[in-house]
Amino acid sequence: MSKFQFPESIASRPVYGTLEPRPGKAHLMIADAEGAEAILDLAAQNKGLMSNTHIIFIPKGTDFSDKLRALKPAQYYEGPSYPASVQRIRKVLGDAHMGLQVYLAGTEGLMGQAMNEAVSAGIPASAIQTEHRGSVARRMQCVHCKGITEDVVTDPFVCSHCGLNLFVRDHYSRRLAAFQGVCIDAEDPGNVPESVELYK
Amino acid sequence: MTIQFNKETFRDDYSFRNSDWAIKRFPFPFHEDSYMYSVNMEQHRGGPEGSVYEKRFDVDEHYLSEMQDRAMVLAEDPLRCQSLPHMTLAGWDTLELIMVSKSEDYPDLFELHRDGNRWRWVNKPMGIDHTFTFLDDTTLPCGPLEYITRQTQGDFAVLDQRDDMLWMDAGMVTTQADWSLDFDIGMNFFEWHAPVPLAHEMGIFKRALKFLLNVQQGAPARRLNWTMTVNPLLDTSPENYHKWGIQKTTLTPENIGAKQHLRVELQTFFRLPRSNALLFPIRCYLIAFQDIVTVPKWGRRLHRVIRDLPEELATYKGFIANRPMMLDYLSKYDDGLETSLGVWPDLETEPPLEK
Repeated sequence: MSKFQFPESIASRPVYGTLEPRPGKAHLMIADAEGAEAILDLAAQNKGLMSNTHIIFIPKGTDFSDKLRALKPAQYYEGPSYPASVQRIRKVLGDAHMGLQVYLAGTEGLMGQAMNEAVSAGIPASAIQTEHRGSVARRMQCVHCKGITEDVVTDPFVCSHCGLNLFVRDHYSRRLAAFQGVCIDAEDPGNVPESVELYK
Repeated sequence: MTIQFNKETFRDDYSFRNSDWAIKRFPFPFHEDSYMYSVNMEQHRGGPEGSVYEKRFDVDEHYLSEMQDRAMVLAEDPLRCQSLPHMTLAGWDTLELIMVSKSEDYPDLFELHRDGNRWRWVNKPMGIDHTFTFLDDTTLPCGPLEYITRQTQGDFAVLDQRDDMLWMDAGMVTTQADWSLDFDIGMNFFEWHAPVPLAHEMGIFKRALKFLLNVQQGAPARRLNWTMTVNPLLDTSPENYHKWGIQKTTLTPENIGAKQHLRVELQTFFRLPRSNALLFPIRCYLIAFQDIVTVPKWGRRLHRVIRDLPEELATYKGFIANRPMMLDYLSKYDDGLETSLGVWPDLETEPPLEK
């Protein structure tokens, strides 16, 4: 199992649940990496779900593809990255009818971005479920240059755009699907504490 | 009275100064010798003559310089003013409220002539005389919220109200105490306050939200908030923190009286008529420590408040490292005498410093 219990945090930080099969006319499942395990668990609970399910999966170097294909979903798509998949996600959400159930699983970055797409497409929050699996990496926005650094696993980290040393805040914007990174050595330039792994 | 507008800066050479008039009317935020969070709301229906509470939108000697500073911030970073697509009507509501209030409260400075939807707005201090069509975006040089808040002191958050919740869906934010509109836009009341320590556990935000959801048209409310800023820097934004943060380390026992400023926010809340949004102006007033202590009661009290403030709050407000130096300075202005209740300077009745 690759489930991680996030410590309790501030009110803007998202919390995730456990996917459960829900009645729906159609099902859209979007996952990356170990998020596949959550879909496999879901399918094990209700095999009938797959006949009207569209799976969008971003493997990120994992080998869940065959297992997901074996579920025989109505549609299966594998994308090399989230940005490569987002056009398809938008099209599917745009074409969706009332009664669509959305399931998001995997990293926080994937869930946050796909959640944004679903909400902007008018899917009610009550029809969207999330489950965190796999890496606890965060998608971070640099508050200074506005650049997004994906898959941040240490605190502090270096902004991949402007190069400032940023500390990782729990403050989270759903609109940006990102946590906030703030310069750590502004008051004492050069004094950057050693990076530690998140949650360690 | 006619206001003499200062020519001053809030950056670089920091020529900002408060006149004696501005010092005496400063919104000192401590009504007793200690401080803890509270909802501390009251009606915003005027106040003593000459006080910052008297008018709906206070105009003071810093008006023109603050508007110049805002224009500079916006030129560098247009994301400081944003409005989600559904908030345009609330922007027009805001424009109307401010134009009507200012022209009624300061008839010598502002005029509003309305002929149906054909409006003429005259802002004499800024040299603006502009005719436009109310509710027609194409007749303004920019959105209605940006247009009017480029001419009005203070930051503005415009809060949409739906699902028994307030949502930060538009704003003009250039004089903020270290929060980012660009990051927080779209958040609900609890989310944008998430980083504030202690207050959630105290139930402050739940009570405040309940109050704010029920603010009615024509019955605005107000409260004060405060923090500390080194140098009279209006734009203490997270965006520029990597540039201004270093200034906090420039305090010395010799310059602290002039450099260290108490930063007070007069927060007001107005229900808007068409959109049912809540307008949340956050007006920033700055005062140097050396000017505060010219009011003996305020000098005594500020020392006691800063001395006894819980560590979490001093950390959150960003002055934990400078607190010892602040106390060294302020203790010289605290002779241990009792202070009168309330925020007013009470210059006639409070004893001079006995030290």
